[in-house]
Amino acid sequence: MAETSFPATNLCEYLEASAQRFSDRVAVVDTDGSSVTYGELNDRANRVAGFLLARGLQPGDRVGLVQPKGVTGVCAIFGILKTRGVYVPVDSTSPPARIRSILDNCRVRAVFADPRCAGVAAGVETVVVTGTHAGLASHNLPRGHIAWEKVLENEPSSREIISRNPNDLAYILYTSGSTGIPKGVTLSHTNALSFVEWCSSVFKPDEHDRFSSHAPFHFDLSILDLYLPMKQGSSLYLISEELGRNPRKMSAFIASNRLTVWYSTPSILSLLAEFGDLKRYSFSHLRLVLFAGEVFPVKHLRNIARQWPSPTYFNLYGPTETNVCTYALIPTPIPDDRTKPYPIGWPCSHCSALVVDDDNERVAEGNEGLLYISGPSVFVGYWGLKEESAAAFHGRDGRRWYNTGDVVKQDPADGLIYVGRRDRMVKRRGYRIELGDIESALYSHKQVREAAVVAIPDADAGVKILAYITTSHDAQPSIVGLKVFCSKALPAYMSPDVFLFSDSLPRTSTDKVDYQKLQKESTVNPESSKIIL
Amino acid sequence: MAEQTADQIKEEIRQYILTEFLPGERASNLLDDTPLRTSGIIDSVGLLRLIDFIEDRYNIQVEAHEAGVENFDRIEDIASFIQKKRRAVPNG
Repeated sequence: MAETSFPATNLCEYLEASAQRFSDRVAVVDTDGSSVTYGELNDRANRVAGFLLARGLQPGDRVGLVQPKGVTGVCAIFGILKTRGVYVPVDSTSPPARIRSILDNCRVRAVFADPRCAGVAAGVETVVVTGTHAGLASHNLPRGHIAWEKVLENEPSSREIISRNPNDLAYILYTSGSTGIPKGVTLSHTNALSFVEWCSSVFKPDEHDRFSSHAPFHFDLSILDLYLPMKQGSSLYLISEELGRNPRKMSAFIASNRLTVWYSTPSILSLLAEFGDLKRYSFSHLRLVLFAGEVFPVKHLRNIARQWPSPTYFNLYGPTETNVCTYALIPTPIPDDRTKPYPIGWPCSHCSALVVDDDNERVAEGNEGLLYISGPSVFVGYWGLKEESAAAFHGRDGRRWYNTGDVVKQDPADGLIYVGRRDRMVKRRGYRIELGDIESALYSHKQVREAAVVAIPDADAGVKILAYITTSHDAQPSIVGLKVFCSKALPAYMSPDVFLFSDSLPRTSTDKVDYQKLQKESTVNPESSKIIL
Repeated sequence: MAEQTADQIKEEIRQYILTEFLPGERASNLLDDTPLRTSGIIDSVGLLRLIDFIEDRYNIQVEAHEAGVENFDRIEDIASFIQKKRRAVPNG
């Protein structure tokens, strides 16, 4: 396919151009309400770049970010990009062993970490501690760490010395892997630039827009949040994890900051509609509500659209490997009698979609098939996983098609309609979860002999995760104990909702766990404490 | 309606948590001082549902700054919080 050209070769050029045009405009509002202008943000990012280059960072080197969301993280990201480095944002609330496995997997050369998380980066060549609050001494900080303030004392690097290439990797986002080891999705500048340019052409933001940043930086929704406002000279309002969990505070925040663009998972919009007490405020500035990451249950979508009647709603679809690749405008209000979820719609202009059967033959309209996506936003590969990377792609018509694993059907009026998955991957709160990843964690519990995890649809939560367990001792572990165990071994969104004990797991004729039987049983009677096999 | 005693409140909350977050668990495994938030038994979304239940059931309003672990990590703390709120709002 012909090289697509963009007005930038590296994501940091969006910031550099806006720093020229809008030097004194607010670029980012931090979680504590303080703000930085475009000029300040670019200067700090240049200092981060100067620091990293002085530490010997080479193009393509990976740099981890293990910290709660904040302006320092934004400065670090743009600083890393300016050196042609690759940023690797990691969920700082994840269990330390999981964080460490990610840092080790992509062999980071430097890490920016909050004091509470810095200990996990011990042994990494360069560790920058980004917390400015008192009490640093009480944390277990790695030897030789460098304070963020010292980084900002570096001479700014100048862009002239770095020759940028749009095919450079820009960031790696780790997702749940089926074997219990997170999998790194590597994305280039071209991948992200093509997506941001598409957003710009469709959503038409300008320097007067005020964007929400709800998603954490390790989540692919953050790519729109971070780079679209930077391109346009708009302002970005960072939402802390604590605020992001609190619908009442969040609705006050959206109203008082007069946000114009909201982007989050449907789960968050559902919480806002249900618990946000939205009638207390005016949201007249909100012009665009974007959602992605999971199916939006219609009753919750209807609820939010009723309370926020004026903005335009878009359903954005795409796995981390492609970022958003299809989209659908959602006409509001939502009719009272509608129950079926909205379609994922039509391919974005920079993407092509293909729906095929098991023999890779195109299916007729109306029939179900696997969705393949091609285009400049499609990822480079999985970090260090040659075979998995090759298996994800299918060559056809001289193009590289990514098999999303999602089953869809095509409708002449609605475009693409999401049907489901054939594998063991589910989405909860926008996060992708390999059920095998949960099983691996459960197997490390000493009383667990066997574990089988299934997910069933749930009208409120989207999906409910059930763990079937057989134990190796007579004494059955308590469910409280298993919950506590999971909270230490897995990110919170992966913890099972229900634990069920059994003497044995159902098996297929080839002696594999019979997931279909478990699934069927669970859907019929999800709360039974003991299943009959 | 007569107000529930501290023990009744604790029992109602225990039952709610068992039904909503620990289906199948024995009541005897969920103690008054079992950590709920810091142990991962109730996550942030679960907390919102629990607060919604408490506001409806006990006719109180939980402010955002009151929803932290100091009031919501253990059944006994939740029960004392509810009683304190009720005393602050007579006939609330």
